[in-house]
Amino acid sequence: MQLAIFAARKTPWDIIGENFTLLAAALLAFASVVVVLFLVAGRATVRAQEWLKYLVFLVPALLLLLVGLIYPTIRTIIFSFMDAKSENFVGLDNYVWAFTIPEILVVLRNTAVWVFLVPFFSTAIGLSIAYMTDHMKRPNIIKSLIFMPMAISFVGAGVIWRFMYYFEPNENRADIGLLSAIVKSFGGTPPNWLLESPGNTYLLIAVMVWIQTGFAMVVLSAAMKNVPDEIVEAAMLDGATPIKRLFRVTIPMIRATLVVVLTTIIIGTLKVFDIVRTMTGGNFQTNVIANEMYSQAFRQMNYGTGSALAIILFVAMIPVIIYNIRQLRLERTER
Amino acid sequence: MTASAASVRAKGRAKNIFSSPIASAAAWIIAVVWTVPTFGLLVSSIRPEKDINSSGWWTFFSDPNISFENYRKVLFEGTTTNPPLFQFFFNSLAVTLPAVIFPITLAVFAAYALAWFNFRGRDALFFGIFALQVVPLQLTLVPLLQLFAKGLQIGDVTIIPDLGITGTYIPIWIAHTIFALPLAIFLLHNFISQIPKELIEAARVDGAGPFTLFSKIVLPLSVPAIASFLIFQFLWVWNDLLVGLTFGAGSKEVAPMTVRIAEMVGTRGSGWEVLTAGAFISMAVPLIVFFALQRYFVRGLLAGSVKG
Amino acid sequence: MSTIRSRFVAIGATAIAASLVLAGCAASDEETTTAGGTTDTGDATVAGCEAYAAYAGNEGADVEIYTTIIDPEASLFIESFVEFEECTGITINWNGTQEFEAQIAVRVEGGTAPDLAIFPQPGLLASFSDSLVPADADLTSSVDANYSPDWKTYGTADGTFFAAPLGANVKSFVWYSPKTFADNGWDIPSTWAELLTLSDTIAAEGNVQPWCVGIESGGATGWAATDWMEDLMLRFQDGETYDAWVDGSLPFNDPKVAEVLAEAGKIIKNPDYVGNVQAIATTSFSAGGAGVVDGSCAMHRQASFLGGILVGDYGATIVTPEDTDVEGGITTFYFPGVSADNKPALGGGEFVGRFTDSAAAAAVQLYLTTPEWNNAKAALGGWFSANKGLDTANVADPVNKVAVEILQNATLFRFDGSDVMPAAVGAGTFWTEMTAWVAEDKSDKAVLDAIYASWPY
Repeated sequence: MQLAIFAARKTPWDIIGENFTLLAAALLAFASVVVVLFLVAGRATVRAQEWLKYLVFLVPALLLLLVGLIYPTIRTIIFSFMDAKSENFVGLDNYVWAFTIPEILVVLRNTAVWVFLVPFFSTAIGLSIAYMTDHMKRPNIIKSLIFMPMAISFVGAGVIWRFMYYFEPNENRADIGLLSAIVKSFGGTPPNWLLESPGNTYLLIAVMVWIQTGFAMVVLSAAMKNVPDEIVEAAMLDGATPIKRLFRVTIPMIRATLVVVLTTIIIGTLKVFDIVRTMTGGNFQTNVIANEMYSQAFRQMNYGTGSALAIILFVAMIPVIIYNIRQLRLERTER
Repeated sequence: MTASAASVRAKGRAKNIFSSPIASAAAWIIAVVWTVPTFGLLVSSIRPEKDINSSGWWTFFSDPNISFENYRKVLFEGTTTNPPLFQFFFNSLAVTLPAVIFPITLAVFAAYALAWFNFRGRDALFFGIFALQVVPLQLTLVPLLQLFAKGLQIGDVTIIPDLGITGTYIPIWIAHTIFALPLAIFLLHNFISQIPKELIEAARVDGAGPFTLFSKIVLPLSVPAIASFLIFQFLWVWNDLLVGLTFGAGSKEVAPMTVRIAEMVGTRGSGWEVLTAGAFISMAVPLIVFFALQRYFVRGLLAGSVKG
Repeated sequence: MSTIRSRFVAIGATAIAASLVLAGCAASDEETTTAGGTTDTGDATVAGCEAYAAYAGNEGADVEIYTTIIDPEASLFIESFVEFEECTGITINWNGTQEFEAQIAVRVEGGTAPDLAIFPQPGLLASFSDSLVPADADLTSSVDANYSPDWKTYGTADGTFFAAPLGANVKSFVWYSPKTFADNGWDIPSTWAELLTLSDTIAAEGNVQPWCVGIESGGATGWAATDWMEDLMLRFQDGETYDAWVDGSLPFNDPKVAEVLAEAGKIIKNPDYVGNVQAIATTSFSAGGAGVVDGSCAMHRQASFLGGILVGDYGATIVTPEDTDVEGGITTFYFPGVSADNKPALGGGEFVGRFTDSAAAAAVQLYLTTPEWNNAKAALGGWFSANKGLDTANVADPVNKVAVEILQNATLFRFDGSDVMPAAVGAGTFWTEMTAWVAEDKSDKAVLDAIYASWPY
C-alpha cells in the first residue's frame, strides 16, 4: 500500500495570506451590512423609521454592552459568593479571606498605594509642566517628549524600565542598568532594584507616573489656556508670586478639569496590571489586585476568590465614577 | 478697536512677564529626563549583542559600534515554535484596523441616538454606559471566551450557535469593540450633542428622517471628533496585551506583537539584544502615528473634558 | 477635513505597504523560517511508511500540542515528528510557551482547549479531569505494555486514566565540571555532611563560588527551589512521610518539613556558598548551570534535562567524570544522601493529555507511547523516558545513561512532589513562597504557614 507524502508546515507567508483574506472579508462584510441597513431603513415610511432608528443606531451597541460587560459583571458578583468551582454558596467567606490572609492584605495595601501615588504625582508633575510651559513661545517639543510614553504599550514600557532597573549581581561584570551605574558613580552600592520591597513597588509606580503624566499635562494645559490673562495679570499686580498665582488663581479656575484628570487616572491605575506582570510577575511583594485576581482564577483555579477580588476592585471604583458623573451633570446644567 | 489693541498689548506684556527662563529651563530638563529611558532602549537596539551585555548603553557615545543585526534577527529569524516578528507585526495590523473601525462606527451611532433622540430614561442610560468604563477586563474573560467558543444556550434554546471562530481574529475584534464602547460613546456624545440645534431643526423641517439627518449632517460635522478618537483607539488596541493574549486562544497565528514581546521578556532572562529591538519595533508604529497626528489626538482627549 | 482624510490614507497605506514589504523580505528568507517541513515527494520515504499504517485515515488533519517546552528542546521534538507527519498526513503544530501554566486554565474554561497538552505536573493534569478525554483502549493497552504501573497512576485522576507519560528526568543530580574539580583537587562527596564540608573548603579557597543557584523561570519561578525541598525530604525523612506530605495528610508546616527547609537553607541561603542570595530569584534556572560551564561555580543542583540546555545555549560538552581535561566539559554526581547507602531518587516526567475527541489527536497521543518514537527521540540526544521499550544504547550521553540506571535501580524512588500536589500549591504557592523565602528573606515558619494555609483541603 502506498501512502502519499504530504507537505508539512505552513510558512509565515501562508499564515499571513490566510489572515489577510479574513481581514479583507470582515471589513467588506461590515461595510456592506451598514450600507445596506442605511439604504433600506432610509427608504422606509416615516412611521417605520421611528422605531427602525433605535434598531439601527442604538441596539447594536446596547446588545454588545449587555452581553459583553453587564452579563459578565453579574456572573462575577454571583461567583464571588460561591466556592472555587462555583458549585456551592459560601456567603461572605471569600471576602473574609481577602481581608484576613496576610499575602492578600499585601496585595490590597499595594493597590491602595498605587491609587494614591500615581494620580497625585502624575497630576502634580503634569500640572507643573503645564504651568511652566503655559507662556512659552514654543513648548511643543517639550510637550511631545513628555507625552510620548503614552504612545508606548505597557509591555514596551515594562521592557524599557526593566532595562533601566537591571541589577548585575556579579561584581566583575559591568552594569548595563542606568540606575545602578548612577548609584555606583556616586560611590554607593546599588540594591537589587526590582527585588527589594517596598522600594520595588515605588519603582513600578514610577513607570506608571512616567506614562500618565503626559496625559495630565496635555489636558491641564488646554484648560489653563482658558484662564483669562487679565485675571492672572491682576493677581500679579497685587504682588502675587508665581507659586501663589498657581495655587490661588490657576488651580481654582481649572478645578473641574483637575477632577476629571484625577478620576480618569485613578480608574486607569486600578485596572492596569501589565506593568506588574511584565516586570516582576507579581512576586517580591509587588502584586496588585488586577494581577492577583487573574492569578486566583486561573492559577489557583479558585473562581470564588478571583471573583471576590474583582468585585472589591469594582466597588473601589464606584465612588470615583459616581463623583465623575456628578461633575458631568453639574457641567450640563451650567451649559 | 482700542480695547482689542489694548488687550493685544496686554497679552504681549503678559507673555514677557510670565515666560521665565527658569521655568523654561526646568521644563526642558524634565523633558530630557523623561526621554532618557526610551532613548536608552533605542541606542541599545542598534548595538551589537556583545556590547549590550558587557557595557552600559551610555558608553555607546565614546565607542560607537552600530549594528542592525538585532533587528534582522528578531524580525526575520524564527522557527515554527518561535515565528519571526514580522508575522506578529502583521497580526497587530490585522487586529487593530477592524478593532478601530467597528467600535467607532457603533459608538457614533449610539452617541447620535443618545444626543438627538428623545426617550424616557435617556440620560440614565447615558450615565449607565459611562459608568461601564469601570468594569475590569479580567472579569469578562471567561464568560466572553465561552460565548465565542460554545455559543449561548439558555435551557434548551440556542440563542447563539457555535460559530467556529476560535483561533481567528474575530473574538479579538469583538472583544476590543465591546471594551471600547463606553468611553467612545461618552467622548463622541459630548461632541455630537454640541451640534447647533438650529441645523438639526432646519433639516427636519426640510423633511429629513433620522437616517438622512445622520449621514448628511451629524456625520460630516463629527469628523474631527471621530478622527481624534480613531487615533486614540488605534494606540489603545495596538498596545494592548491581555485581549490579544486571551481571546487569541493561545494561537501564535493570530497573536499580536505585544503578546510576543511579553513572552520574550520571560524567556530565560537573556536576549536583551532581541528584546530591545523587538520592543522598539512594536513601538515604532504608535510613535509614528502619535507624532504625525498628535494635534488631533490631543483634541480627542479634550473633547468632553474641557469646554470649548 | 480632506487633509485629515488624506493623512489617514497615507498612514494606512504606508502601514500596509510596510507590512507587505516586510513579509516579502521574509519570503526570500523562507529557508530560515520554516523548520521541519518538507515538500519533496521522493519515493525514498514511502517504503518506511508501513509502520504508520495504524494511523491512516487522518490525512490533512491538524493537531495542536500545547506545552511548556520551548527551544532548544522544542526543535528536537519537531524533528522527531517529521516521518510521522509525512507518512500519515497529520500536521503537528507545536505550540510551546512559557505562559502554559497561566493560560491553560483560561483556554480550557473558555472552550478553546488545545488538542493535546503536555502537562509537566500530574497535579495540574488532575485539575482538568472534568475536561480531559479519557484514554481510549489502544492508548491504555500501549501504556500497560510499555510503562510500569507507577507511571500509569500519575496519568490517572479520579480513578480514570487520561494521560500517557512522555519524557522522564531524574532530579537527584549535582552538575559539575570534572576539569575544575581535578584542577583544584576536590573529591566527589558521598554524604550530605561531606557535601557541606566540600562547600566550606571551596568557599575558604575563594577562587570559585561553591554553588550556583537559580530559580527564575518566568511564570513558574520558584520550581527549582521546590526540587531542593523534595530531594532533601527524601533524604532526611522516609518514603511514607514524603507521601503524606505530598497528599496533604502531613501538614505543610509540620516540624518534619521545617527541619528539611532548614537543611536546604544551609546551602541556598548561605552567602558564602551562593554569593548574592537575593539574586537567586532573578537568575534563571539554566543560567546557574552556565556558571559550572565557565568555571565560575563549582556545583549546581539540577535535573538531568539541564544537559541539553547547557549544550544548546552555553556551548558545553557532556563528558564522563574521567574526562578531567575537557574545557567546558560537564557531568553530574549523585546528590548525596544522609549516609553513603541512603540513595533515594527523585524523578519527574511529563504527561500528554487529550482535550479533543478526534481520531487524529488520539493517533498522535498513541504514537508518543510507542517504543519506535521513544527510541527515535532519544537518539536525537539529551532526552529519555521511562518507556520499557527504550534501548539504552540509544541514550547517547553519559548523564542520561546514569539517569536511566538510577531510575531502574533506586532504593527509594518518588515522583517530584510539587508536581503531584494540588495545582493551587504545586504550581502556585509552593513556587511563590519559595521565591519569597529567597528574595525577601522570608522566615521558614512564615513560608510554611503560608503554603499550609493555601492547601485546598
